[in-house]
Order: sequence, then structure tokens, then C-alpha cells
Amino acid sequence: MSADLTKLAKLLQELDDQMVACMKCGMCQAVCPVFGETMRESDVTRGKIALLERLAAEMINDAEGVQAALNRCLLCGSCGASCPSGVQISDIFIKARSIVNEYMGLSPVKKAVLRGMVANPKLFNMLLDFGSKFQNLMTSKASETQGTRKAPLLEPFIGNRHFNPVSKKSLHAKYGTIDTPAGKSGIRVLFFPGCVADKMYTDMGEACLKVFKHHGVGVWMPSTQACCGIPALSAGDKAAYDKMVKYNVDIFAEGKYDYIIAPCGSCVSTIMKYWPKYGKEYPADVQKKIEKIAAKAMDINQFLVEVLEVKPEGEAPKGGKKVTFHDSCHMKKGLGIAEQPRDLIRMNKNYELVEMDEADRCCGCGGTFTLYHYDLSKQIGGRKRNNIVDTGAEIVSTGCPACMMQMNDMLSQNYDDVEVKHSIELYAETL
Amino acid sequence: MISASLAKEFEAVVGKDNVFTSEPERQAYSYDSAVLEPVTPALVVRPTNSEELGKVIALCNENNCPITVRGAGTNLSGGTIPDKRNGIVILTNGLNKILEINEEDLYAVVQPGVVTAQFAQEVAKRGLFYPPDPGSQAVSTIGGNVAENAGGLRGLKYGVTKDYVMGLDFFDVNGQLVKTGSRTVKCVTGYNLAGLMAASEGTLGIFNEIILKLTPPPAASKAMMAVFDDVNKASEAVASIIAAHVVPCTLEFMDQAALKHVEAYTKAGLPVEAAAILLIEVDGHPGQVADEAAVVEKCLSKAGATAVHVAKDADEKFKLWEARRNALPALARAKPTTVLEDATVPRSQIPAMVAAINDIAKKYDLAIGTFGHAGDGNLHPTILCDRRDEKEFHRVEEAVDEIFDVALSLKGTLSGEHGIGMAKSKWMEKETSRATIDYSLNMKRAIDPNNILNPGKIIAG
Repeated sequence: MSADLTKLAKLLQELDDQMVACMKCGMCQAVCPVFGETMRESDVTRGKIALLERLAAEMINDAEGVQAALNRCLLCGSCGASCPSGVQISDIFIKARSIVNEYMGLSPVKKAVLRGMVANPKLFNMLLDFGSKFQNLMTSKASETQGTRKAPLLEPFIGNRHFNPVSKKSLHAKYGTIDTPAGKSGIRVLFFPGCVADKMYTDMGEACLKVFKHHGVGVWMPSTQACCGIPALSAGDKAAYDKMVKYNVDIFAEGKYDYIIAPCGSCVSTIMKYWPKYGKEYPADVQKKIEKIAAKAMDINQFLVEVLEVKPEGEAPKGGKKVTFHDSCHMKKGLGIAEQPRDLIRMNKNYELVEMDEADRCCGCGGTFTLYHYDLSKQIGGRKRNNIVDTGAEIVSTGCPACMMQMNDMLSQNYDDVEVKHSIELYAETL
Repeated sequence: MISASLAKEFEAVVGKDNVFTSEPERQAYSYDSAVLEPVTPALVVRPTNSEELGKVIALCNENNCPITVRGAGTNLSGGTIPDKRNGIVILTNGLNKILEINEEDLYAVVQPGVVTAQFAQEVAKRGLFYPPDPGSQAVSTIGGNVAENAGGLRGLKYGVTKDYVMGLDFFDVNGQLVKTGSRTVKCVTGYNLAGLMAASEGTLGIFNEIILKLTPPPAASKAMMAVFDDVNKASEAVASIIAAHVVPCTLEFMDQAALKHVEAYTKAGLPVEAAAILLIEVDGHPGQVADEAAVVEKCLSKAGATAVHVAKDADEKFKLWEARRNALPALARAKPTTVLEDATVPRSQIPAMVAAINDIAKKYDLAIGTFGHAGDGNLHPTILCDRRDEKEFHRVEEAVDEIFDVALSLKGTLSGEHGIGMAKSKWMEKETSRATIDYSLNMKRAIDPNNILNPGKIIAG
């Protein structure tokens, strides 16, 4: 055992109190999407915790192997939600990734993307605005239904995925800073569209704005706001994460608003739960600001149903276009939100909601997971695609833009005639 | 270590992707759910069809490599921990097909890696019923269930896994296929080797295909909870229910310590002042269910239950079972390490056993919560501890020894459903006899001369 590994082991020992709670019952095998495809113990939570324990006990030499195993996790939280002993699994893995990566180094690609681009909002925005103008040169149309494109020339970098193009004009480029006072609702929100709604699913972002307007909700959307930080945090790049959080906190702390609303379960859970949790070393005044901000974060579906009291009455509509709903992991397992988006869909009489099998099984995107483990991500997504198609629905709806990207890719590659829509878009159609 | 050339030979049989050689991948198969020292296998092999399985076994035998077969690795007695001497783990999750579900003849044929709950679900889709329901059924495999003779909540009325094994094919140590039993209800052709293979823990042969009995499902059910201020009264209630010729499909017990932990976790408003509660469900034809539920209620009141709650509908039934569903999660959360035992006594001895467990908890200064299957005397005293605390864990080991002593003195058994494995093999002779061990060893030596079939399990010597 080298001195370095001893040092690494020491750092991992701080997770010991959390890891020891795992009784190795193996129930995580039933729900882990990665294990569901590979059936390898090193891919399931129990296996990963065992490997981390052994690394901490200096009983394993191949630290790179453990790092690789650790990275084969979507952080979907399925295991944590059903763990009989309540092990704080996502927390263990997020911390472990940060510790291990600090020692072993982050892959150069991750570093370039996370530190060079996402953590520099101005550069990130500029690059994408620039890219949006030239993307048609590199890509060609893949599917009309999902509006996807493919890029055979880029296959070595992005695989054979089908993706939605970056919008010609992102939300922030089109609207700049939005700053309207509270209307009849008496409520004003900080609208946090998240990277994907800002830059790719701009229509969905606009649907949110339409809904706010209809309900008399004042909106503050500072054009300078940056990524919530989850891609960096889950990749174990705490430095890049810290940068994004602090950047946003400086902006958010200045405004006056009642809620921070996002159409993305991942952004909401990051602001609500991770910002306070993974900032314990920040200066006290920053922590105080974060505490206030975090308490205001709320998913847009929940906001509409519970705060604005949008609720369908009477029998659920029948006979319309069939819609099925996919529960995003961070929304259902992270925030406990499942019925609210379904309520919003039921508000639209043109649709009949039909449930798919395993509606809350991960779609396989896992944020940046799909970039580094595309084959695995595609296998997991294939199962989701089958469950969607089996319902006979013409639309699959969800509450998370990352899941939308993944489902668009899967459905497009299979030539399925199924559209992907955010629940807010289906509701906005009624207004 | 295993030579690279031997690893290559395995790869030639099952393909490179199905031989795991890296250190992390091997270490991930060094443990199961038992609280025991891990042992890292030399190699992990995953056959994906019968032919490969047979060849892998033969190759292991020729090279004197001990085999430990692993399904989901949920074993609670160390039965899936590999051997120290170049142990090879054979995974069954590449053999996970349901080959046949015969609705006319009420049987199914499955490969060993089929997951229990998924199988039960497929059977249910066809309007049939596979009753064994071990606690780990969401992940456990049929192969593992047969090898351990797994039980579950429905044991009292429906029996355990062995009662559903009609026949099986298994490989002997040379990789030759042995067939026993059949697809018929009656079969007396040759030794009942299928019976021998149930609970053999991988020491006598390796399953290839398993024929399982299916039954029609009960049409109705009714659940109730009874609260007692005295464990003896709860036990009398159990005895009187059976004496009244009612066999509930489940008859579960929780003692006060377990109740307190569940209540602290669920805040469901459980009667924490109670000495014990019973959870009872009767099932069958609707008329029969109504009659039997009435008899059970009477028995409960007569035995002195301080309260009896009968579930009116499915929702209430779900709520009633909440306490039992959360027993293990609640206990597991209380302390880092959970030692789950399953000493079993004749059901009339439950009060004596519970009293002894409580005395043992006091004597060794340990927290023990007890829940389990009162109908069949299969209790799960659950010791809450921290394995990192050496002194405490030594007391745990002493307490476990004493629990076994008491169970045997009450004419009970070491293990109702968790298996003997490595954890309890030292106790085998005490429950049985030297002759039993010798008889078993002689049989094992004849069947497995190189002692490579999961050595060190059940009969360590």
C-alpha cells in the first residue's frame, strides 16, 4: 500500500459512520438501474459501499478500479429511497467522489467541461449561443416527432445519440432579465429555468412564463444566473460546484421574491437540499444566505398545485390523446413529488393519462452520466422506452428536462411516434 | 491466485465479459448479508446457459478450485462467502429464465437465477400462486431459496420452499447432469434427491433447472392485529387459534422492544405499552375467511387481548401490516450493525424463548428486538450493535451462543430459515449427533471427493 493510498484511506474513513449503516442486505439490487442492466455486484450500491469500505481499510490496491465503479452510478437515489436501513447513499457517493477525485484527479474531459465551461456562465452562454448558429452544419434531422438531430461526424465524441438542437435564442438571450411585480396572486417568484430549459427546451421555459402570467405571478429572472451546480457536484468536482453556488448566491440574495421556482426536479433539489448540505465550510454569512434561499426553492408542479391551488375537479378526463407520465428520480425520490404533475396533466381535457410500468424507474440519463457511460445509459433508457411504447401513448410527459433529452434520444432512435413534453407544457396549453 | 491460463480457459467457456478478474470486481463478491469476515474469490464466473454451467463446474473440479454458487448474495449465514483456497464464485444471474409456466398441470420450470418476486408476479399474472415469500424475495433467487430452503411469512399454512420443489436437474461435481423428481404430483422414481438438495447450501450439487409446484390463489383474506399485556397470553392465543382448527396464512409476532423501535421510526401510533402484538391474516374462500376470522377474534379475546383491530378494507389492511413491514427497517436504523438470528422453537415455547432472549439481552447489556413468525415458532431476535466495538461484539457472539443453547433446550432448532452456512456449523453436532455429522460427511466425501462444492458450509468437519 503506497503512502498515497494510506492518505486516501484516511480521508475515506470520515465516511465510515455513514457506511457502517449498510447491513449488506442487498435489497438495492431490486431497484438500481445500472445493476438492472449489468447484474454486476460492483455496479450496485452494496458493492460500491463494500469497495469504499475496503479502500478506507487499505484492503484494496486498485483505487482506480474503485473510482471507476463509483462513477458508474446515476445518483438517481432509487436505492436510498428503498434502503431498509436508511443509509444516506447519495450523500456517501457524492462525498466519496469528491474525495477520490481530489486524490486521483478528474478526467481531463470532465475538467474541461465542468471547470472551463459550466462554471463560467458567461463563456458557457456565449459558446452555446455561438454553437446554435452553426449546429446545422454538423448535424442532420433525425426525427420529426421528437425534433431531434444526429451528428455522424461527431460520433467519436457524443456517440450515435439523437439530440434536440440548442435553441436559436436561449431564454436569457430572448428575454434578458425579466422583472415583473406580483399580480393578482400577490406572489413573486425567482424563475430558475435551469440550463436545459434556458438553452434547449426554450418552448418549455416560455410555457412556464405563460403560466406565471396567467396566474398573476410576478417573475424575476436575472439573465446572469448560472447552472445550479449539480453536474459538478455529482462528478465530484467540488471546486467547480462551489464556484457556481457562490456565483448564484450573490445574485439570488439581492432580490425580493417569495419562491424560487424551477421546472426541473434536479435543480430544485440541488438548491433546496444540496446547497445547504455541501456548503458547511463556507463563511457563516454565505451559509445564512443559502439557508434563506434554499427554504424558498420549489418545483413548479408543486407550486401550481399546492400554492396556486390548481387542481382538477371531478373524474379524470377520458378519450383524449393518450399521455403517459415518467417520474424523474430527483422529483419523486428526491422531493416526493409525483401526484402534482399528474394533476396538471388532468387539467387538460384533451388528454387521457395512462400509467406505464415502472413509471418511477430511472430513464438512464443521470445528467452527465450519459456523457461518460453512453452505452449503459442507452441500455437503461431502452427499458424506459419499451415501457412508454407499451402504453400506446402518443405523448410521454415528465417534470425534468434531462429526462426529456434522454427519452427524446431513445424514442427517436427507435423511430417511435411519441412526443416528449414537460407537464407544464401540457397544462399551459389550456390557458 | 489463479493462473492466467486457467482464467483464459474459463473465458473460452463463458466469454471474456463473463469472467471477472479485477481486484474490485472480485472483492465485490467477498461477502453476503451475514455479519462475517469477507473472503475474496480468486475468480468470478457467470455462465449463461446449461452447457456453460456444466463445463465451468468440470473445469473447477479438474483444477481443484472450490465453488461457491451465488444468486443475489442475501444469505444470512455466510453460505455465499467463497472459500479461502482459490475459491471461485459462480453467478446464477445469467441463468434467469422462466422456462415454462404450465397452467393445466400447475407447475413451472425455472433456471436457478430467476428472482423470486418476479417469478411470483409472472405466476400471478396467469391467475396462479407461488406462496413462499422470504423477506428478501424482491432480489433473492429461486436457486438460493431452494439451496437454503427459504421460508417466509406464509410458512405456517403454505409451507416453505422445499414443499414446492417437485423436481430438479443439477450438475454433479464432474459437470454431469443428474435428474430427480418430475412434473407429476406423484413420483417415486429413485431416491428423493430433490428433497436432499433443498437446504444443501451448494454442498452437494449445482442446480440447473427447478420444477416448482403452483397452486390456485386464495379468493379472499382478512387481517387483524391483537394487543397483549403479557407474552404468555399472546402465546396462548396462538395455541388456541390452532386448537380451534384455524390455520392462518400469517401469524406474526412482535415484542415490546421491537414495537418501541418501530414506533420511534414510523410514529404510526403503535401500542408501545403492550408486551406483544400479534398480526394475523386468514385467507381462502370468502365464506371460510369470514368464519375463520370470527373464530380467531374469539380466541384472541378469550386469551385476554387488550385490543383487537380488524381491517375493514384493503387500505386498513395495508396500514395494519405497516408495523410488521417496518420491523426490520426500524431495527436496522437503530444501530449500525444488525445481527438477525432465527432460532426456532415449538410454538408453545414462544413465551419461554422470548423471556430467555430478554434475560440474555440484560445479561450481556445488549439491545435485542424480537419479531417473527409466531405460528411456526420461528423468531427473529435482532441484536442491535456496532461491529466496530470489539468488546460489544464479543458480547454479541456470546449472546448468540446462549440463544442457541436456550432454543435447543426448548427442543427447538438452530435455524428456521436462514441456513447453517459458516455461522452455525459449529453448533450442528449439538443439535444433532456425531453420527449425523459423520453420515453427512461420508455422503459428502462420496459425492464430492475433492471437497470443492461450497466447502466449510453446514458440515465443516
